[in-house]
Amino acid sequence: MVVLGIETSCDETAAAVVDGERRILSSIVLSQLDEHRVYGGVVPEIASRAHIRHLDGIVDRAMREADTRYVDLSGVAATAGPGLIGGVMVGLVTGKAIAASTARPLVAVNHLEGHALSVRLTDGIEFPYLLLLVSGGHCQLVEVAGVGAYRRLGTTIDDAVGEAFDKTAKMLGLGYPGGPAVERAAREGDPARFDLPRPLRGRPGCDFSFSGLKTAVRHAVAGLTDGVPGTRDAADLAASFQTAVGDVFVDRTANALKTYAERHPRARRLVVAGGVAANGYLRRRLEAVCAAADFSMWAPPPDLCTDNAAMIAWAGVERLRRGLTDPLDTPARARWPLDETRPLRSMNEDGKDTP
Amino acid sequence: MTDTRPNAGTCRTTGDGEILGGLAETERLASRLSGVAQPGDLICLSGELGTGKTAFARSFIRSRASFAGVEVGEVPSPTFTLAQTYEMPRGDIWHFDLFRLEHPGETLELGIEDALNDGICLVEWPDRLPENLPGARLDMAFTFGATEDERRVGIVGDATWRERLAGLVGNG
Repeated sequence: MVVLGIETSCDETAAAVVDGERRILSSIVLSQLDEHRVYGGVVPEIASRAHIRHLDGIVDRAMREADTRYVDLSGVAATAGPGLIGGVMVGLVTGKAIAASTARPLVAVNHLEGHALSVRLTDGIEFPYLLLLVSGGHCQLVEVAGVGAYRRLGTTIDDAVGEAFDKTAKMLGLGYPGGPAVERAAREGDPARFDLPRPLRGRPGCDFSFSGLKTAVRHAVAGLTDGVPGTRDAADLAASFQTAVGDVFVDRTANALKTYAERHPRARRLVVAGGVAANGYLRRRLEAVCAAADFSMWAPPPDLCTDNAAMIAWAGVERLRRGLTDPLDTPARARWPLDETRPLRSMNEDGKDTP
Repeated sequence: MTDTRPNAGTCRTTGDGEILGGLAETERLASRLSGVAQPGDLICLSGELGTGKTAFARSFIRSRASFAGVEVGEVPSPTFTLAQTYEMPRGDIWHFDLFRLEHPGETLELGIEDALNDGICLVEWPDRLPENLPGARLDMAFTFGATEDERRVGIVGDATWRERLAGLVGNG
């Protein structure tokens, strides 16, 4: 089985070819961030137009690097949401066109499902597992029981964690993207210098909140002499902020591990995915909470944690194997919660499902 | 945020604007405004990080949805996706966040002109908006107040907002 995947739901224009043996034959990602660099500050067209301009070439390159012909494809998987609707439509329509012209089935993939299943591509782990999805647009804890069988245990009630990192970086003058910049600055910083809040810590449930933490960083910046952070201030604030996020992650995830383990006592696996999963400090904090609860922790490599099309192609493989395809009039969806991914799939009788 | 268009019928709050004692008051104001908003409205939310723009928008969307009997589920911050849309019987709501954009032209690509045809637009970081957009514009400028929880909001509306704002906020 060989599947072409297409991803255009936010900043990245991406295409990839993946096979049923869990091999990534090609994976091309063009970030608009790269365009910023290439054109030295000339701002690229956001959203659909940039995707339109680049997608055909990127699909072509993915097919050539994979040494795959269109007739060799078993199906075409394209992100159908959630995301910026113009961008999603570009990728989905392209996917439909390739599917129609090659008479191959279309798989309309939920972007979040791509993140949720990518660890099965890289590590081949079995269902079920607990997923912590942490990125610029999302922060949620999801029980993954099978393909299409997702139960959300908690989500952010305001901002996503990656957004909090980006905005903190901006306030500290650390540049974009904020995640790596904050992590780098935090290494030299004193995490105890600023007393920042840990929103929702100690409360029952698995929801997150980061808006108040962001505002507290702003107040801390305003409280500095001249209200402008120097190198030392920025390092200390970055460390204080990152530690607060780590404390929140540990607290909320511990609740989720407990809830999950009640339902799946013998499948004690936590998967961390999304761009924020690349943060080494947060990974270590999560590894510790997993060890304490007798869970193993899994995370795809960084280039598969951030947005990419290999995970979309892989979700296509998983769905095609189960006979789940989508009609050519499937609409693009700006909003599409993961637990509304249909059809729900019941697990095998033994509760296991090998990749 | 001042409205410099030659429009005799503008309305505005006086002085430093309305005092909002805390998040609950921001939410109450959002809920009231959501009741008088109508398709074609362009509601611009400006202010520093942390002054309550997204909190206002979230309450506005939830109130209007609840009044219309629509289940909206999550109302995430649109900083990452740039725009979130909510389908509603009395005009879809488009929630834009232009924080990541740098030029007005990029905003047009997000489809804001189309959105104003029959929807209500809530726009965070409206300084990136192009000039001369259609729509009944309401500018809300949020600032930090005297205490950590307090916020102030200065409101300037065009003529279409004068009557609608009467009784909701102190008109000058």
